[in-house]
Order: sequence, then structure tokens, then C-alpha cells
Amino acid sequence: MSKTENKQVKIVAAIKDGTVIDRIPSDKLFKVASILHIEELSNQITVGNNLESQELGTKGIIKVSDKFFSDKDINKIALIAPNAKLNVIRDYVVVEKKTLKLPSVLEDIVKCGNPNCITNHEPMMTRFHVEDNHTLTLRCQYCERVMSGDEVKIL
Amino acid sequence: MSFLLNCLTNTKHPLSKPITQPAISIQLLSMQKSLVSITDYSKEEMLRILDYAAEFEKNPNQHILDGKVVATLFFEPSTRTRLSFETAVNRLGGRIIGFSDASTSSSSKGETLKDTIKMVSNYADLIVMRHPLEGAARYASEVAKVPVINAGDGSNQHPTQTLLDLYSIRKTQGRLSDLNIYMVGDLKYGRTVHSLLMAMAHFKPTFHFIAPDELKMPNEYKQFCDEQNIPYFEHKELNENINEADILYMTRVQRERFTDLMEYEKVKNVYTLKSKMLENTRDNLRILHPLPRVTEIDYDVDDSEKAYYFDQAQNGLYVRQAVISCSLGLL
Repeated sequence: MSKTENKQVKIVAAIKDGTVIDRIPSDKLFKVASILHIEELSNQITVGNNLESQELGTKGIIKVSDKFFSDKDINKIALIAPNAKLNVIRDYVVVEKKTLKLPSVLEDIVKCGNPNCITNHEPMMTRFHVEDNHTLTLRCQYCERVMSGDEVKIL
Repeated sequence: MSFLLNCLTNTKHPLSKPITQPAISIQLLSMQKSLVSITDYSKEEMLRILDYAAEFEKNPNQHILDGKVVATLFFEPSTRTRLSFETAVNRLGGRIIGFSDASTSSSSKGETLKDTIKMVSNYADLIVMRHPLEGAARYASEVAKVPVINAGDGSNQHPTQTLLDLYSIRKTQGRLSDLNIYMVGDLKYGRTVHSLLMAMAHFKPTFHFIAPDELKMPNEYKQFCDEQNIPYFEHKELNENINEADILYMTRVQRERFTDLMEYEKVKNVYTLKSKMLENTRDNLRILHPLPRVTEIDYDVDDSEKAYYFDQAQNGLYVRQAVISCSLGLL
């Protein structure tokens, strides 16, 4: 992290314990916040956007105190902002850096866009196979339809 | 096929089979599984089904399903497919339970598909199901204790139709490889053409897609052909284009697949095959159609020796006998 970026991070107050999601593209910040349902949390949350970033131009950052996200939530972030960085903080120190990685199968994360798919009619988990990481091309295990890019809707 | 004949003649009851199987049957038992999508079968497995079907055609009455119960669950009506499956079970000596319309099942009371399937798999050795929703058969195969054969799930898959198409092609052409396959009509919503395309991809075909703009073959299937180096040509007219065809696969424009009925009205009568259009076609040309037909094949074509669609439907019986027997691990 560059000095400028480091300063930027510090602008948004440091947390004692919790999770910092950094390097979120600015236009994806609120989407990431939305899929993590942070508005429903009672934890202390700091959100920063349009911060200077050498790599991205501008970036967003989310810090959530005393919250450690599940792998399922982390996979959701990978769908929207695959290059974001997720740091686990304990006692003001980064104890784990998690690289976001889209798994080959997405379970109960994405909604099938086909209204005639069984997953939209039965109380069941959705399951998608990732066919192409770059274009975010997914195939529904059930109706076998392929969705990509903006067609992909997160549950 | 000597193993098959041996199996058919010696197997009086599945329980009478020795527990220790010879090596060859262990290999064959690998087909004891659900058939939901045509891609569930490898090329070799598809060919094996066709070989078994040929044996059943020679002698359809083989009581190898004695003591077995097959459930035919038709959540949407399909008389033709249901009768074909039920005839196959009857000719194999099995018993049938089930329903032919969802209004007579508990799903009309709001029961989930999962609960219906779990309940039925307590009673039956095999489930054959048709459902109006895409993916229903895959889900059923995941929750059932017994194998599931998909007899059509919405506009998605109908694998036994594809296998009977392959059987008809091989039977009429003497081979499956290096054929000119012409697909005509609704190539956008027609599940039969999509599955046939995937299955034929194993056999170096050349495809011709004849469809109006509104019903063109979807891009994902054309991309699939590109990836597999399968040549394909697109046409809008049904005319002398068909003179080089080995197989002419006609399809009905299905009203039930359209959400916009105005669009349906525009395209419903777009192609009609007439007998005079066959004058300069190849001698070996055979016309296939998954049936029912409406206006896309004129009745004057029925008398042509190139019309094969009624024989094609009959082939479904033998193919379904083979699939049922394999799914139960009896072949």
C-alpha cells in the first residue's frame, strides 16, 4: 500500500477488531455494502468512497467493527468486486489478508434469471457453475441457462 | 451384443442374479443412474443405449422388469411420451404407478416437488417424470433415492427424445458420422434441436439452421459449434437449400413457449414442407419430426418414402426400454 493510500485509510478511523474491505471500485461500493446487508448490522461501521488510489484512481472502503464475514459472504463480494482486499483485524493489527476468489460453484448466492426455473418455485438452494471468471458467466445447475455480467442477480 | 442377449434370456428376476458380477457387467452397471440431460451420457454410453435399443426392436417383449415398480409422474400432460414410457415398462414386465396430470396429485394442494418425489421414491424403483418447470428433473434426481428419467422439463431437456432421434438417424443412414443435418423451424425455443445438436456433436456433422430471425438458433449453441469446429450454415428460406440434406429435422413452432402471442402469430406458419420440395433431394434423405406436427409438414409428404416421423416415434419405445433397463442396472 502506498503512503498516500495508507493516509487515506487512516482518514477512515482504524478499528480494533473486525473486517476491512479495501480497494473496492468506487462505483461498486454501495453494491458491496448492499449485498453484505450492512444496513442491518448494529456494529460500528465506517464507509469511505472516492478515496484516492494509485491502482484504481478512486476506491471505496468498508470497515465493520467486531464482524468477521463468512466465506459465503466473501464469495458474494468476489462476484461484484473480485480485486477487493479483505483484511481481518484483531487488536488493531491485520492478522489475516483474504484474497477474494470466485469458487467454481456458487451455492445459494445468485438468483436464477429464468422465471421458469425450478429454483424460483421451490424452497431450495440455487447452484451455479462458474464457466468464465472474467466475464462472470454462470450456468444454472438446474435449468442449465447461462447468465453473464449484469444478468447475474445476487440473492 | 452377446452379453445383452445372455442377460435378456437368462435373467428371470433381478434377485436371481449372482451377487458377484463378472467384470463386464460391473462396467455396464455404471449406467445405473439418472438420465436428466443428454450430456449425462458419454458418447460411448449413448451408443450402448442405441445398441440395446436395436436388440429390443428385434424382440420388444422381455420380462426383465418383473417385480419392479416404475412411477410415471406427469406434472403436465403429454399423452404421447407417457404412453411410450408406459408401453416400454409394460413390455418389460414391470408395474406402473403415477399420474398423468398434476391436478390429480398432491402438488395441486401445494405440496413441494421435493416432498412428492421423496414420497414416491419410497414406493417405486424408478421415477419417470415430466414437469413444466426447467430444472425440475435435476432437482428430483438429487432428492430421490431411486434413479430419475427426465421425460421433459419445460423447455430445457428431453433426453430420451434425443436418443430416439439418434437411433432413427443411425437406422436410416447406417451411420451417425459425417452427415448433413438440417434443422428447420423453431430453433430458439425448441429443446429437441438443442439437445440433438449437443448429441450429434460427437459425430462430425455439418449443420444447417433454417429459421426466421425471431426463432434463430441461440448464440450459445453456435458458439458451441465454433468451439467444437463443427461447420454450420444459417438460412431463412425453406427451398432448394435442402437438396444436400441427409436428415431434415422439422419442428413445430410451440405456442406455449411464447410469452408474446403477437410474436407467435407472426411466425407460426413460417415454413411448410411440401412433397414437390423433395424432388431433387438425396435418395437417402429422411424427414424427422418430434411430433405433434401442425402445419409444418404437408399431409402429401406422409406418403413419401422419405417421411420417417411416424417410424421415429415408434423407435422411442425401444430406446426407452433400453434407458429404463440401464437406469435400473439391469443391463
